[in-house]
Amino acid sequence: MFRGDHMVKAVTSKDYSIRLEPVEMLKVLSPEGKIINEDMVPDLTDDQLREIMRRMVFTRAWDKRAVSIQRQGRLGFYAPVSGQEASMIASEFALQKEDFVCPGYRDMPQIVWHGYPMYQAFLYSRGHQHGGQVPEGVNVMLPQIIIGAQIVQASGVAMGFKLKKQPNVVITYTGDGGSSQGDFYEGMNFAGAFNLPVVFVVQNNQYAISTPRSKQTAAETLAQKAIAAGIHGIQVDGMDALAVYKATYEAAERARRGEGPTLIETVTYRFGPHSMSGDDPTKYRTKDEQGEWEDIDPLIRMRRYLESKGLWTEEEENQVMEEAKATVNEQIKKAEQTPKMTIEGLIDSMFEVTPQDLEEQKALFAAKGDN
Amino acid sequence: MAQMTMIQAITDALRTELKRDPSVLLFGEDVGKVGGVFRATEGLQKEFGEDRVFDTPLAESGIGGLAIGLGVQGFRPVAEIQFVGFIFEVLDSIIAQAARMRYRSGGRYNSPIVFRTPFGAGVKSPELHSDPLEGLLVQSPGIKVVVPSNPYDAKGMMISAIRDNDPVFFMEHLKLYRSIKGEVPEGEYTVPLGKANVVQEGKDVTIITYGAMVHTSLEAARLIEQERGVKAEVIDLRTLSPLDMETVIASVQKTNRAIVVQEAQRTAGVAAEVIAQINEKAILHLEAPVLRCAPPDTVIAFGQIEDEWVPNAARIVGTLKQVLDF
Repeated sequence: MFRGDHMVKAVTSKDYSIRLEPVEMLKVLSPEGKIINEDMVPDLTDDQLREIMRRMVFTRAWDKRAVSIQRQGRLGFYAPVSGQEASMIASEFALQKEDFVCPGYRDMPQIVWHGYPMYQAFLYSRGHQHGGQVPEGVNVMLPQIIIGAQIVQASGVAMGFKLKKQPNVVITYTGDGGSSQGDFYEGMNFAGAFNLPVVFVVQNNQYAISTPRSKQTAAETLAQKAIAAGIHGIQVDGMDALAVYKATYEAAERARRGEGPTLIETVTYRFGPHSMSGDDPTKYRTKDEQGEWEDIDPLIRMRRYLESKGLWTEEEENQVMEEAKATVNEQIKKAEQTPKMTIEGLIDSMFEVTPQDLEEQKALFAAKGDN
Repeated sequence: MAQMTMIQAITDALRTELKRDPSVLLFGEDVGKVGGVFRATEGLQKEFGEDRVFDTPLAESGIGGLAIGLGVQGFRPVAEIQFVGFIFEVLDSIIAQAARMRYRSGGRYNSPIVFRTPFGAGVKSPELHSDPLEGLLVQSPGIKVVVPSNPYDAKGMMISAIRDNDPVFFMEHLKLYRSIKGEVPEGEYTVPLGKANVVQEGKDVTIITYGAMVHTSLEAARLIEQERGVKAEVIDLRTLSPLDMETVIASVQKTNRAIVVQEAQRTAGVAAEVIAQINEKAILHLEAPVLRCAPPDTVIAFGQIEDEWVPNAARIVGTLKQVLDF
C-alpha cells in the first residue's frame, strides 16, 4: 500500500487497542540509482545534487584518512562514519545556516559541513579545549558524549528560537541505541508539548556498539516512537541521499511554519567499527550481512544517479578525494601545531570569574610542590 | 521595610529579576498557573505571561535540558526542581552538562541557570523530598551551591544567582520557608555569592554552619553562654561552593576553637572540607581539634525520628564542650 506522505500513523483496531498502520519506508532512489518514487523527488538543482555528492565523497575520504591518522596515534577518540554519509550529509544539507545542530559524538561531518572548522574537530578528538570553542556565528553544539543529553537540550535551543521569534529550526542526532534512552522520549515530548521547531534524527545504523537493533526495543520501527510523543514520524532509507534530504527538508519547513517537530529514522549501516578503541565488528555481525549493506552503499547509488544525468564523472570523484586528503592533512597539522592547553587555562575556564579558592589551587599547582 | 517570610522573599526576588531582565525565564513542574507547590512563583505567570513563567511536562531531565538549551540561546533560566530528591533524574544536566559548558566550549557557551530546589528536614515530608544532597553538588566542579538561612539573604542571593553567568544550585530549606520572618528591602539589592556572614560575634569558639542549622546553632550559642559564659562566634557560610574560607580562618585565628554543624550526613561533606581547610591554613592557631556535629551516615531518617536524626541545640552544646574542654 502506498501512502502519499509516508508518515507514521496509528489507528484503533476492532478490539479498541491502538496499532500502527504498516510503516512504509520513504525511498526515492533504488540501489541502481533509478528514481523509484517520482512524487517524492526533492526539489534540488543540478549544482545542489553535485554538491551533496561532493560532500559525501569528501566525507568518505576524510573518514578513511582519519582512521589511518588515528592508528598513527595522531587522533584520540574517533567514531568512523563510512556508510552513514547519505544520512549525515543530506540531512544537514537540508538546513539553513542559522539552524542549530545538536550532534552526538559520531556526527562530526554534520557540524563540519555546518561551519565548524575541521581542525577543531581534530582538536576535540585530541582532548584539547579549543576543539570546543565553536566559532561565533556557527550554530552547533559540541559533540555530545552522554547518549540522549543532546535531545533534551535541542528542545531548549528550539524554544529559544521560538521565544526570539526567529524562524529557525534545531536538528539533533542520535542512534538506534539512543532511542532507548529516557531523554529521547523527554526531548521529543517537550518539543511536542511546546510545539517547538525540532527535527529529531535517529540514525539507525543497526548496532549500539555491539548490541543489535533487535535488542533495543520491541517496537517494529524507531520512527513510530513519534506517535507516543504526538509528533510527526517518518522512516527513510538512510542509504538514499535524496530520501533523507526530502524527509529532512519537509520536516524542517514544517517546523519553521510552526507545525511542530518530526522524528526521522534513517535506516543505515556503519561500515566500520564503533570507534577506534578496540571494537571488532566481526564479533557481533557477519561478513555476509556487512556485504549486503555495502552493496547498497549510499555513494554508489548517488554516483549512478548523477552519472545517468551526466552530472558526475570518475575524474571529478578522484579530484574530490585528493582534495579531501589534502584538507585532512593540512587540518591535522594545524591541530598538531596548536599549543597545548594548560592547567591554569583549565582552572580559569570553570567560571566567568575564577573564585578565590580556585585561585589558591592554581597558585598551589604552579608552585609544583605538594598538592 | 517589609517583614517577609523566606518564601515571600524568594517570590520577590524572582519578580524583581523578571521585571528587570526580559531574558529571565521561570519554569518547572506546577510553577505556572498554581505558582508552585510552595507558592514561590505565585502570581508571576499572570504578571509576566506564559512565555516567561510556565509549567513543563513532568520530567526533570527534560527540564534540565530545556534550561541548558535556553542558556545557549542567551536566556537566563530559573528551573525549579520540585523537591531535592528529584534532582537524581536531572543530575546529568546539572553536573555533566551545565557545570561543564563553559569549560568544554572554552567559554563559547555558558549556562547562566539557577536550579532552585526545596530541601531540608523538619517538616516530616515524604522520603526523597528533604535529603541534604549539597555535598554531591559541592564536589561537582563548575557550579555554585547556595543555601540561604533567612529572608534577606534569600532575596539578595537569588538576585545574585540569576545575574551570575554560571550555573547556581539554589537550595531552599523547607523548614525556613515560613517559620521565620525578617526585614527585606523592596526592589533590587544583592548579597554576593561566595561570602559567608558572621551572624553572631564571639571570642571563645567558632560555630561554622549553614541553612536551618544556623538557627539551631544560635540557640546552642545562647545555651552555652548561659551555662558557661562562653561567647561563641556563629558563621553562616551561605554559599557552600565556593567556600568563603577567609571569613572562617579569620574567626578561627581569633577563637582558636571551632566546630562545624551540618544537617547533612557526617562523611565527605561540607564539614569535612571546612575542617580540611582549617587544618591547611590555621593549624597552629588551634587549641583543640575541629569537630563535626552531624547526623550519622544513614539515609535521612523517616518523619517519625527526623528531629532526633538532625543535630539539635543540645547535641551542638555537647560538641562545643568537647572542644572547649580539650
